Amino acid sequence: MKVLAAMSGGVDSAVAAARAVDAGHDVTGVHLALSQTPDALRTGSRGCCTIEDANDARRSADVLEIPFYIWDLAERFREDVVEDFVAEYAAGRTPNPCLRCNEKIKFAAVLDRAVALGFDAVVTGHHAQLVDGQLRRSVDAAKDQSYVLAVLTPAQLSRAIFPLGDSTKEQVRAEAAERGLAVAAKPDSHDICFIGDGDTRGFLTRRLGAAGGEIVDAESGAVLGEHQGSFGFTVGQRRGLNLTRPAPDGEPRYVLAIEPVANRVVVGPGRLLEVDEVRAERPVWTVAAPAAEFDCIVQLRAHGMLSPATVAIDDDRVTARLHTAQRGVAAGQALVMYAGDAVIGSATITAASARSSVTV
Amino acid sequence: MSYLDHAATTPVLPEAAAAVAGALGALGNPSSLHGSGRRARRSIEESREQLAATVGARPSEVIFTAGGTESDNLAVKGLYWARRNADARRRRVIVSSVEHHAVLDAVQWLAQYQDAEVVQLPVDAYGQVRPETLRAALAEDPASAALVSIMWANNEVGTISPIAELAAVAHEFDVPLHTDAVQAVGALPVDFAASGADALTLTGHKLGGPYGAGALLLRRDVDCVPLLHGGGQERDVRSGTLDVPGAVGLATAASIAVERRGAVGARIAELRAALVAGVRAAVPDVIVNGHPTERLPGIAHLSFDGCEGDALLMLLDARGVECSTGSACAAGIAQPSHVLLAMGVEEARARASLRFSLGHTSTAADVAAVVEAIGPAVERARRAGITSMATR
Repeated sequence: MKVLAAMSGGVDSAVAAARAVDAGHDVTGVHLALSQTPDALRTGSRGCCTIEDANDARRSADVLEIPFYIWDLAERFREDVVEDFVAEYAAGRTPNPCLRCNEKIKFAAVLDRAVALGFDAVVTGHHAQLVDGQLRRSVDAAKDQSYVLAVLTPAQLSRAIFPLGDSTKEQVRAEAAERGLAVAAKPDSHDICFIGDGDTRGFLTRRLGAAGGEIVDAESGAVLGEHQGSFGFTVGQRRGLNLTRPAPDGEPRYVLAIEPVANRVVVGPGRLLEVDEVRAERPVWTVAAPAAEFDCIVQLRAHGMLSPATVAIDDDRVTARLHTAQRGVAAGQALVMYAGDAVIGSATITAASARSSVTV
Repeated sequence: MSYLDHAATTPVLPEAAAAVAGALGALGNPSSLHGSGRRARRSIEESREQLAATVGARPSEVIFTAGGTESDNLAVKGLYWARRNADARRRRVIVSSVEHHAVLDAVQWLAQYQDAEVVQLPVDAYGQVRPETLRAALAEDPASAALVSIMWANNEVGTISPIAELAAVAHEFDVPLHTDAVQAVGALPVDFAASGADALTLTGHKLGGPYGAGALLLRRDVDCVPLLHGGGQERDVRSGTLDVPGAVGLATAASIAVERRGAVGARIAELRAALVAGVRAAVPDVIVNGHPTERLPGIAHLSFDGCEGDALLMLLDARGVECSTGSACAAGIAQPSHVLLAMGVEEARARASLRFSLGHTSTAADVAAVVEAIGPAVERARRAGITSMATR
């Protein structure tokens, strides 16, 4: 096949491209320029958008002896990922920009352009398996990225190739070194690629402007502190609340709810975070739409938070009754449904509650 | 493989490669006082005389540099500093809006850090600077003009500006004129003395010489403050141990390129005409940018509405046809060309453009490869262009 390998400049996408070459595909490497003002050099573990990262990708392509180009998707990325990220926080939700990037950029804008230009598929270095069109978790549970790919439709998945799903990160690094790829020892990237300093709250404050408001205790109604913008918080968050007065019961407080209209952050003791019913919308099924009600495993954020659940589908809405209560379920995150390690589908969380009492 | 990117760099002439290799085998710093040094110095001075004779300059007007970007920076900054030092009012730097970034970014730096005021002269729809435009800009405040810099022939669309007329206008106001003639030397008749320019940039790798070897032609009566300080080589304007192989290769290539210019230029012009005709037959709505007659013989700058230039480039590259979307950028990200924007081309069309540039090794087979590949490539790139619009 004629395939396009998206090369971030990291070790995963370089080895993925190498494996695609080994598999006999006609591979073209492309680095996606996502920042409108790229820094010259990469700093620390952030980002994949510096000119140095583009050069690393180019050097890997050189070693693999494949053509290499840079595609400028900065404007699309800004519109579809960065602005969405800001708007979601402003609305009191907690978005996942990596998921959005897969949904709107890598497997939409890039894939569409690739197909139009005569490519059959897009290869990425995501840690996930695609077996006969079925998206599955990576064998490396710690690096598994099926959660951020679960938003892809069968049509998108039919044009995706994930060559790394059967390997651990350690194996990928060792293979990169064997292949003479200079990125073998490059640090993993964490955090959000478009927030260079890692300070999400600072980034949002610059974008949305500081707006002081109250931090209110859910149980006593007491004002426990002030905040500089409700967008700076995530449900389940404990650190960084800067409460100026102790809670009446002396227990630690967690963010229970964000009320952007009132610009209030509601906090409470950990037990009030516990939910066992999660509602979500706009489901996407990776294979075919399942039965109206079924049992599965749900994952409620990018890392961890798994529970067996009974899921009911009602048109564009999904309700998951968790068999094990979870703490800190945030609106805006994805509810991803698994059968074993196979992804059934995903939906965007809108609300979560305890079946006995509504908390969110 | 069909190479149609000679404006980026052109194959080294075998004679130049042999001259470079020979010089690399010889020992000696041209500034040394012993026999080896004298032999190296002799090579440099013979190269200087050869290059000077080739471009209508006096040997003492040749300052060897490491290439076009250095020569442009030296001319623009050096003349600005010298003129301002002589009269603090002279802060206006007048350039065309279609200059290479080696000039544009240098003058932007002068504006940012050295109190310069940059005047960008508009160009017409062909990319040409009109003498009356320059005259009006100078007349606005003659006492404040530090220098004028206008390129001889544009590297993207190939349009030639009337340098002799422009130099005469600058001299009406006693202002020196620098011209970036990187694309012109070897492709057009270039006579430094006859042009009236006070400084002229040329470089080796655009005319069949080695990379990293260029020159600034600088009139003897023009003051220029150096960028590089050190041993005082090159009239104290450009310090640094002289690059003997570079100078020998540059002079050899320049003299051959100029000697063969008539014959090679006529052949290139025919090939270019065949290329444009063939592309037009395959893609009837192609737009040819630049001046119809006053242009470099080998450049065909074409716009294909509805395509993205970088998609076209990739599709052609896959078919072995090598061309350019304009001047290359450090990150490899395609920006809409400032040259086309200055010519009044809208951004979408500017992004939909390709530059094919022919040179001394171009053949009819190269042109045939373009003509064969362009139709399907444009068709496919147009589909991709429509797709990316639809998913917005």
